[in-house]
Amino acid sequence: MLSIQYFASIREALDRGSEELELPENVGSVQGLIDYLLSTNPHFSVVFKEGNKVLVAVNQTVVDRDHPLSRHDEVAFFPPMTGG
Amino acid sequence: MISIQTEDFSMADEYAAIRSKAGDAGAIVTFTGLVRELYQAADQVDPGDTVQSLFLEHYPGMTEKCLEDIQSQAIQRWPLLATRIIHRVGELKSHDQIVFVATASANRHAAFESAEFIMDYLKSEAPFWKKQKTAKESGWIESRNSDQAAIDRWQKR
Repeated sequence: MLSIQYFASIREALDRGSEELELPENVGSVQGLIDYLLSTNPHFSVVFKEGNKVLVAVNQTVVDRDHPLSRHDEVAFFPPMTGG
Repeated sequence: MISIQTEDFSMADEYAAIRSKAGDAGAIVTFTGLVRELYQAADQVDPGDTVQSLFLEHYPGMTEKCLEDIQSQAIQRWPLLATRIIHRVGELKSHDQIVFVATASANRHAAFESAEFIMDYLKSEAPFWKKQKTAKESGWIESRNSDQAAIDRWQKR
């Protein structure tokens, strides 16, 4: 199973901190996953709307949208960091 | 050494601890970050409205990994004898201590520069998010372009 985690404003917008998903066969990259999520749940269009910067980490490392995905990856979506 | 914790920390204890580990250090630099009352005054908060509390969220696992990586980069770049990073999470109030960085080296330049390097990278790469609560409203703080500019500065060197 793919594990997906959401943080901060994205967690609140989706009203969930995490979920598990069987990686659909036609989804091979982060962008593919985003497109899939957008097609399944209207709340994602709020998160991924234009001008809203969303970072993606795969297995706890920030990656680009074309990064490939495997079945047991841990994917996380979050806004730019504001620590310190 | 790295700690992510809800508890406050003692500057005196942390200084004593790094000093005891730093061998023949000629310089120890410490940085402490505090929660400001007027944290992000410009667009999100009315002038005069003050921050009552701050909630610090993080990504357990990735946070530690990221701080370890920043610490390793600093150790590769400067001849450091000891380093210490503490970041608090959870509910904080204005004037609370939020972050602590200490670096020890034979000379001051390495200690000053590496402490600043660690803070700059921590601010834009470590997965922490701040939500502020004022008397009137609460909202997530947005990242600043100046934080990325601080990183670019290190990459040009």
